[in-house]
Amino acid sequence: MSAQLQAKDFASSQEVRWCPGCGDYAVLKSMTRALADVGAVPEKTVFVSGIGCAARFPYYVETYGFHTIHGRAPAVATGLKLANPELDVWVVTGDGDGLSIGGNHLMHALRRNVGLKILLFNNEVYGLTKGQYSPTSRLGTRTPSSPQGSFDTPISPCGFALGAGAKFIARAIDIDKTGLGGVFEAAHGYDGAAFVEIFQNCIVYNDGVYNSFTDRDKAADAQIHVRHGQPLVFGENGSKGLAFDMKSMSLKIVDAKAQASEVLVHDETNRMLAQLLVAMTPPEFPIALGVVLRQPGTSFEKAYYANQPTQLKRTGKVADVLRQTSIWRVPAQ
Amino acid sequence: MDAQAEGAVSTSAALRTAAATRVTVSTMDSQSVVVRFAGDSGDGVQLMGTQFVAAAALAGNDFATFPDFPAEIRAPAGTTFGVSAYQIHLGARPITTAGDAPHVLVAFNPAALKVNLPLVAEGALIVLNIDSFTSRGLAKAGYETDPRQSGVLDGYQLVEVDITKHTLEATAAFGLSKSDSGRCKNFWALGLVQWMFNRDVASIADWISKRFAKDATTRDANLAALRAGHAYGETAELTASLPHVGTGTAQFPPGEYRGVRGSEALALGLAAAGELADRPIMFCSYPITPASPLLHQLARYGHLGIGVFQAEDEIAAVCAAIGASYGGAIGITSSSGPGIALKTEAIGLAINAEIPLVVVDSQRGGPSTGLPTKTEQSDLYQAVYGRNADAPIPVIAARSPSDCFEVGIEAVRIALRHMTPVMLLTDGYLANAAEPWRLPNVDEIPKIEVNRPGPRDPGQDVGSVIFDRDPVTLGRPWVSPGMPNLMHRIGGLEKDIRTGNISYDAQNHQAMTNLRADKVAAVAKFIPPQQVEIGPEKGSLAVVGWGSTYGALYQAVRAIPSKERVSHIHIRYLSPLPENLGDLLRGFDRILVPEMNMGQLATLLRDKLGVETIQFNKVTGQPFLIGELVQKIRSLLSAKPAVRAVRGDRA
Repeated sequence: MSAQLQAKDFASSQEVRWCPGCGDYAVLKSMTRALADVGAVPEKTVFVSGIGCAARFPYYVETYGFHTIHGRAPAVATGLKLANPELDVWVVTGDGDGLSIGGNHLMHALRRNVGLKILLFNNEVYGLTKGQYSPTSRLGTRTPSSPQGSFDTPISPCGFALGAGAKFIARAIDIDKTGLGGVFEAAHGYDGAAFVEIFQNCIVYNDGVYNSFTDRDKAADAQIHVRHGQPLVFGENGSKGLAFDMKSMSLKIVDAKAQASEVLVHDETNRMLAQLLVAMTPPEFPIALGVVLRQPGTSFEKAYYANQPTQLKRTGKVADVLRQTSIWRVPAQ
Repeated sequence: MDAQAEGAVSTSAALRTAAATRVTVSTMDSQSVVVRFAGDSGDGVQLMGTQFVAAAALAGNDFATFPDFPAEIRAPAGTTFGVSAYQIHLGARPITTAGDAPHVLVAFNPAALKVNLPLVAEGALIVLNIDSFTSRGLAKAGYETDPRQSGVLDGYQLVEVDITKHTLEATAAFGLSKSDSGRCKNFWALGLVQWMFNRDVASIADWISKRFAKDATTRDANLAALRAGHAYGETAELTASLPHVGTGTAQFPPGEYRGVRGSEALALGLAAAGELADRPIMFCSYPITPASPLLHQLARYGHLGIGVFQAEDEIAAVCAAIGASYGGAIGITSSSGPGIALKTEAIGLAINAEIPLVVVDSQRGGPSTGLPTKTEQSDLYQAVYGRNADAPIPVIAARSPSDCFEVGIEAVRIALRHMTPVMLLTDGYLANAAEPWRLPNVDEIPKIEVNRPGPRDPGQDVGSVIFDRDPVTLGRPWVSPGMPNLMHRIGGLEKDIRTGNISYDAQNHQAMTNLRADKVAAVAKFIPPQQVEIGPEKGSLAVVGWGSTYGALYQAVRAIPSKERVSHIHIRYLSPLPENLGDLLRGFDRILVPEMNMGQLATLLRDKLGVETIQFNKVTGQPFLIGELVQKIRSLLSAKPAVRAVRGDRA
């Protein structure tokens, strides 16, 4: 093994072609740093993407990369992972790619628990096709295809993942190096399908869509960084906490000091808590960031090989198998 | 024994011989017989058919079978749309089709009689289970009057047996419920049919003993039914006249044989290809009729290095296969026409990224959901022309159940040699039909070469290794994640012809499009020249076909006197076509193209070779009959047309 690779060693020679100021640049930078930090082996690392702005991601990472077709990256990656479970396979998708045209594949990759690190770049808009509303666009989003404002209810990516049975769910903001890096490392270390929603700003078609919780002056009150075993507190100096309201069976915000005993402690193995955390939206609640859910489970590829008597090793011969039936012989005349 | 005196033999069981005193044999020779079993989906006629065939094979007969299922799993009992049938053609001479008109029909109920009567030969022997010929049973089948009285059965030999009643009696000792006892009636009937053909039931009894080894009651009840049916034939002294089929007289080349269905042979062929290439196989599929038998067969071959992945849909299936191929396994996907349509975009991805892939299309009647359980050859356009943009792929077709073995190997060989998706066409008939198969010597089959990447020197551009094409096949090395120093990016975007990087350059796209066409054209350099199956190399009429019509075309041409100079040519390689095919076809005055579609091969031949053909098209969901082909050929021979090209004749 050569010397420890640096972040720059994971940057490919290709010229990056996202719009100047696109959140994708920050995500790419955090990824190359994370790959170096976890000691990723370039030839054993693969980025598989579908179609969309984010889907260009593989071209810019000095690993193996497969830019496939719209929505199908989880399916391609599933076949790849089954063929070679040794590989570190990352899927890069977006809100249109992963939740509209490819929703079915995303659902099945998650419920099967295929060992894929699935990064969903959510910018709440179709960028590559020039700004139409997406399945995560908020009600009333005005775009060329919804001039009066969109009127179909958006889907919550993490809610979708939970419903599909995902066992690892995390969230981060594109420009939050620490948060993103931590989530990438956690996803990398998870044995199963790791779903990561990245709040990614589209500077051209949906600029500022996440300002309500990403603006520096609002971040403290509008973000909660969850950590397993730590109290769920946020705000200036952790002055606020999340508690469970028994009557309404929902979360409530309490004074972290005065009502300290009520403050919930994050348990990343608790699906019910994860459900409540990902449903929180500003301005009433802070947005939950970090590893929201991480439950142990058996990855699909492990179960797949374990369920084969020979673990798919070729131990038999076709010449023998084709005789495993009634055979008759015709003698030479 | 006096039938009247024997309580078990009612008057209705007595043989009623109608106008014909013997079965008229309408096939080309009397050394073969066509038998058809028909009943409700739940009557077990498919099982009855396969066991009858297995026994016939052991007796040395050649055979071909045609299972004819309804689309419904369990349609209401006794209705015409729930009728399931199994046709067997067996003989003491080489058999290549499941036969035209059955000489023997076993009908378990009035609906089975109603559906199948139009198919059977004149004077055929019809065995009826009269227990089901109640007023209710007749009404469900839509008979206003009992066909036994209405005269529609005049001219046939009728054997009326109360099969259900006899089965219940034979199995009474085993304490089964009435419905479970009744379920043994297929074996009772099979025992009777075995007797009719002067055969014992030993091999079938062996099979029952093994199949139901863990359930002694079911085993014993079925054995008792089988033996009772056989004994019934003897004691009732049925004297129906049957075409005698000799045993052990079919002239097979020496060797080891087994019976094989198309889906079994294809599964074994694909497994053999994995062995020959020394690569694992990843078979990714989604259930669809009639392609699913291949999925089921391969799911049992884990020890042959075959992984099976049942995907969430057709698109996921092909994409997973592409992902597996990208990862170094041989990715294979399989479906029927509607599913292939869904896979189309992904096949384009495999073309562009130059990833090997085998796509098996078990064709069925269409368009849309069409006739899921009926056979058709109507996906040739889809296979050859059916993708967005200029997206050629090699297309090959299997012609018989056993041929699926060779074609399976060939599809993988082409995919790996040229690094391309390959379409393999079978159909609903081939998937389920069976025939004897002379076992191949797998050790003698040439290995499948894998184009492995060479080492990359320090500083050498990675693209020059990834796209270091073989100058003849134009295939690139198969590079997979995990190989050091060869990290690269590929995908669906147009790539630079040298580096593989994304390129929107105009001239480059032209060059890449040319390259993709040249690559598929290069396949022709590796395929054998087109042979004539039977008949002269030049003549008055070439009967040209592809796929599962092989047997019918062959027999039809064989039936024409050789002085007429008619030849049968059957095409396995449909894209690209064999290089000599054009010259070969131009050696004939006229070309007849019988197809189970509206003229797709005819279009292909006109397009690629500029030859005009006479079409003969049939899309009834049923295979061609030898008789109708012979008639067509004779009519062409008797009427010499002034112009060569005649379009559009329908069966």
